[in-house]
Amino acid sequence: MWSLLKIELYKIFKRPRTYIAFGAAAAIVFLFQAGLRFDGKSYLDLMLSNIDDAFDFDDSFKDRLLNGYFICFGILNILLIQMPLLVALVAGDAIAGEANMGTLRLALIRPVSRTQYLLVKFLASVIYTLILLIWLAVLALFGSMLLFGVNDMTVFRAGGIEVISSGDVLWRYFAAFGYAAVALTAVAALAFLLSVFAENSIGPIVAAMSIVVVFTILSEMNIPIYDKTIRPYLFTTHMVAWKGFFYVKSTEEGITINGSVGNLPAILKSLSVLVIYIASFLAAAIWVFRKKDILS
Amino acid sequence: MSAIIQVKNLTKNFREIKAVSDLSFEVPPGIVYGFLGQNGAGKSTTIRMLLTLIAPTSGSIEIFGMNLFRHRKEILRQVGAIIERPDLYKYLTALENLKLFAAMSGVKLTQKQLMDQLDMVGLAERANSKVKTYSQGMKQRLGIATALVHDPKLIILDEPTNGLDPQGIADIRNLILHLSREKKKTLMVSSHLLHEMELVSDSMLIIDNGKKVVEGKVNELFDPAETIVELKTTDDATAYEKLYKSELHSYLREKRSDCILLKLDQRRVPEVMKELVKMDIDIVSFHSKHSLEDYFLSLTSAGQHVESFKN
Repeated sequence: MWSLLKIELYKIFKRPRTYIAFGAAAAIVFLFQAGLRFDGKSYLDLMLSNIDDAFDFDDSFKDRLLNGYFICFGILNILLIQMPLLVALVAGDAIAGEANMGTLRLALIRPVSRTQYLLVKFLASVIYTLILLIWLAVLALFGSMLLFGVNDMTVFRAGGIEVISSGDVLWRYFAAFGYAAVALTAVAALAFLLSVFAENSIGPIVAAMSIVVVFTILSEMNIPIYDKTIRPYLFTTHMVAWKGFFYVKSTEEGITINGSVGNLPAILKSLSVLVIYIASFLAAAIWVFRKKDILS
Repeated sequence: MSAIIQVKNLTKNFREIKAVSDLSFEVPPGIVYGFLGQNGAGKSTTIRMLLTLIAPTSGSIEIFGMNLFRHRKEILRQVGAIIERPDLYKYLTALENLKLFAAMSGVKLTQKQLMDQLDMVGLAERANSKVKTYSQGMKQRLGIATALVHDPKLIILDEPTNGLDPQGIADIRNLILHLSREKKKTLMVSSHLLHEMELVSDSMLIIDNGKKVVEGKVNELFDPAETIVELKTTDDATAYEKLYKSELHSYLREKRSDCILLKLDQRRVPEVMKELVKMDIDIVSFHSKHSLEDYFLSLTSAGQHVESFKN
């Protein structure tokens, strides 16, 4: 199994297209950081324009606000929407790409079971997703910390503002990245399942992204009847629960409690839903692939 | 010694299409077994079933005396194959491709062993070139190298000369003969290049529309005592009736829409022609078939297509 996994990873990282995702993520992070480095004040003024009157932020507050933690949060809000596409590019290509190249039949006449082959392919896609996330973490989190320094982190929510002390932030990012890894694995599993049916990569990649987009729109729709009937069952509803790690509990005096998470059970519930989706997609992929006649 | 491949009543349906129908054959050890049929006859479907890429609708396959689907891994460890086009990882070099397929077959070869494999197919000098820079012939040879990388006992080659120039075809022919005569491998080779198959095969199976038409040793199939004769007359129906009632009825093989097929010893041809004249049958043509192409066309529906083009 390990030897097969090494082969799959070798193949993934030998393809130039693999690095598109790394390049795209780096470009977005760099542009975001460069923009804020040179004109962060204007960005904050624009961002705070709606609530500035109510809170009357002074310049020193704004200086403290614009730190590495705050900027990383902004980057993640943008990038974690685009990341599924980058993940689908590799996972959707996993089986369909081999079928398209004509190498699937060569692989399946080797003494390897189809289930084992599929699991190794999926594992390689997951490892790719994790490496992409680590890359993102290094650039967005550590890069921003290096460029902008660290300070208390301010989180804007519909209900108001929360300030998390700087010593209480880093672990929340690790948890959020861990959660994002599971969320992106769900997208990878979906693209992987679709890949089993197809004989070229474009189909599963486009289909996976279409499903993610439609589900995300449904997840975001504020129509009350969908709140109980559709939204809780869509995996996209649960993909954004990583933000929950940055919503903290407060004392009656309004002081945030270090180490607390506003609604941990809700995060864990979302996590379980994602895990169920991953297991279901993978089981379906194995079931279909074991029975499939390889005609490519 | 018992057969290396034993296929019994193999059938594969793709919905309403019957790709392979009740096919049975055996491949003895140490020979080159030619597998012939026109395009769409069911050759590739049969080979894919032998390699577990396609599940049969019914029937059984035993390789090395073991049930293929129960002992899949054990069997595939000893089988090397290429199927139709030689598709490999174009963004990797020949050496990387070979290393990768060796690892997938569960063998770890040294750099020298890998280079020896490439040398055998004449690619040692281009070992470090990416496959996307290879010609069709070089890809085909590399495909064969990947099939042989784990030193299999049984080699299955599906259309190995597809897209090759005459020199490439001759190289593959020599390689097949080398593997059979020198390395004592068992080879099953499918092709529609009849002359090539005639040159390399010890035994042969011809299929048409998914069904077995004939199977046997090449020297027996082309035995003069088993010559196929195509007879055309001014009235085939009456001629067939007369033949059926005559002493020549044992030579009758088949009545086709445009001719009658007879099977007889070539030495008896003059005598049979005299008999036909005596029986007052008006002969338009009397053609005895000797080459594999003639034989193949006389046995398969390809012959009928050829005739329809002539008309």
